[in-house]
Amino acid sequence: MTPAEPILTVERLTMRFGGLVAVDALSFEAQRGAITALIGPNGAGKTTVFNCITGFYKPSAGMMRLVHSDGSVFLLERLLDFRIAQLAHVARTFQNIRLFSGMTVLENLVVAQHNVLMAASGFTFAGLFGLKSYTAAERASIDKARYWLDRTHLTARADDLAGSLAYGEQRRLEIARAMCTNPALLCLDEPAAGLNGRESAELNELLRFIRKEHGTSILLIEHDMGVVMEISDHIVVLDYGIKIADGTPEAIRNDPKVIAAYLGVEDEEVEKVEAEVGI
Amino acid sequence: MSTNAATTRLPIAAALKDATLAALVAFGLFALMVGLYTDQGPTGALVVSTRLEQLTIVVGLVFAGAFARALIFGREPVGFGRLQPAWLTGRAANVFRIVSPLFGSALLAFALLWPVVFYDNRYLLDLGILVLTYVMLGWGLNIVVGLAGLLDLGYVAFYAVGAYSYALLAQNFGLSFWICLPLAGILAAFWGVLLGFPVLRLRGDYLAIVTLAFGEIIRLVLLNWQDLTGGPNGISSIPRPSFFGLPFNDDEGGFAHTFGIEFSPIHRIVFLFYLILALALITNWVTLRMRRLPVGRAWEAMREDEIACRSLGINTTNTKLTAFAMGAMFGGFAGAFFATRQGFISPESFVFGESALILAIVVLGGMGSQLGVAVAALVMLGGFEVFREFEQYRMLVFGGAMVAIMIWRPRGLVGTREPSLYLKPEGK
Repeated sequence: MTPAEPILTVERLTMRFGGLVAVDALSFEAQRGAITALIGPNGAGKTTVFNCITGFYKPSAGMMRLVHSDGSVFLLERLLDFRIAQLAHVARTFQNIRLFSGMTVLENLVVAQHNVLMAASGFTFAGLFGLKSYTAAERASIDKARYWLDRTHLTARADDLAGSLAYGEQRRLEIARAMCTNPALLCLDEPAAGLNGRESAELNELLRFIRKEHGTSILLIEHDMGVVMEISDHIVVLDYGIKIADGTPEAIRNDPKVIAAYLGVEDEEVEKVEAEVGI
Repeated sequence: MSTNAATTRLPIAAALKDATLAALVAFGLFALMVGLYTDQGPTGALVVSTRLEQLTIVVGLVFAGAFARALIFGREPVGFGRLQPAWLTGRAANVFRIVSPLFGSALLAFALLWPVVFYDNRYLLDLGILVLTYVMLGWGLNIVVGLAGLLDLGYVAFYAVGAYSYALLAQNFGLSFWICLPLAGILAAFWGVLLGFPVLRLRGDYLAIVTLAFGEIIRLVLLNWQDLTGGPNGISSIPRPSFFGLPFNDDEGGFAHTFGIEFSPIHRIVFLFYLILALALITNWVTLRMRRLPVGRAWEAMREDEIACRSLGINTTNTKLTAFAMGAMFGGFAGAFFATRQGFISPESFVFGESALILAIVVLGGMGSQLGVAVAALVMLGGFEVFREFEQYRMLVFGGAMVAIMIWRPRGLVGTREPSLYLKPEGK
């Protein structure tokens, strides 16, 4: 890949809910064209970080800078959620899948291209009278949807209701839908949750493909260490809203603090580890 | 889920127990409502008398019904999905896809021929106009409720805005119907946006309450702003529509004279019929068209999941406001038509009951389904007319029909949704 250059820089991000500090002065970087994983035990604040980055939460403090490859800079904490998707091109998936389940698979993917199509339809007026420019744009959007359907092996289900898909297919569809927005940064919240071994392997394949062929940077929350260790270029470990480690998969795998956070430590070592971690 | 009736059938003893329970509940309900009545006694005072015979009949009917139901269906809730054989549920959608355009065309042909067939029947022409007005209102509300999923209980407010806009513009400024019509629509759309802003954050029940209040506010303003709206007296002698400038009267230069036909007051009625048919069809065309445009798909996506919409960069604020504005605009058109047809409007025409009726048409017809709404409007208003002689029982039948539809067709008469686009198989 190109020399390390951050696409997303998070600086001292803090999120408080009343007295609870869910994320405490978290700083990390996600490199352009890389897969960065955000891991940590349950309740560590990973999804809160995601919600801050994608604008669903307004952070209590901190800065999040997103730089596109053309040099344009977006300060995400100042943008509304849909603007982040629209302007900064950050797409996301959800931990509990959020598809438009009453609409077909294809419609889900076309809705994702709303802003492009909206402009092409002349904000509805041109589209109302079926102008050629709009029909062409709609055909292009279907082609793009078909491309992602092929990539996610959902072409055969294109005209079925999204809600009727199997769980693994719904997960793939959500990623395909996010990719249809042309994201610069793709945020995946536990994409492998509930997938079997074969499906996780396919997921790894898909994420690698996205990074390689589309140069999309990926930020990933995941519990499945098989997925995380295999595909991540960089891992950030959170525990109780604090970053406890940050490095390559190899370094993280052997980090005593990470092992302690995940597995706990033996009784006689508690004080030593606590001193190390700084509690 | 195809439950075999034989396995769920209850033994007689259990069925008897169920039926007794149902009869007891019925007794509790009807003992006071049916069993007792007040009458004037010999001294002129009210005396309480009993109607044991009727009470016994009612409770007996309930007992027999519950017994039969327990024997036939067991304790399974009676519902369409359960009673329908499995092979039908799968194919019903496909059959429907073929039948519905044919049925729609047949319905349209029926509507077009209505004034030709019933040219002499003023009553049936008026009924046709009434039904079409509600079809149009249903289609307008369908945008807000059916497509965008925003429960609006105050839709009649936009109908009122349209009607009063037309009446006031036509009376005070002498503008013709064809200029007032778009103005009424635009004003109603403006009020739609105005209502939309404060309720952007609200969903479901909360939205319903605020829109309900909005409808009442509009009505109360119309009722109390005597100087402008005439208050409870309403506005009378609203100008009638002309045939593109040719008035429907017996004068030189009137419609009949210009076309060299004998004058008849029915001409105006027929014209009104085709006018509302055209307006309704425009509503339908625009809605169907918009469903296939990004804005329409965003409406439906917003109904499915608003958060997911925002994560895809859809401006849900604008999307909601366009839904309110579009729905309100068609309500406004219908209102202007109503004003010109009646020649007289007063706040009494725009009560909550109207909103409820229009909403019932949309919900019973099948939310989002154009054909379903049209059929529901036809059945409901036609039904009202048929049962006019049984005025007392009208609401009873209406309520019963609603319960029946919600049991057997919980998604409305036409519950299937036609996708807005398909992946063409030949493309690969």
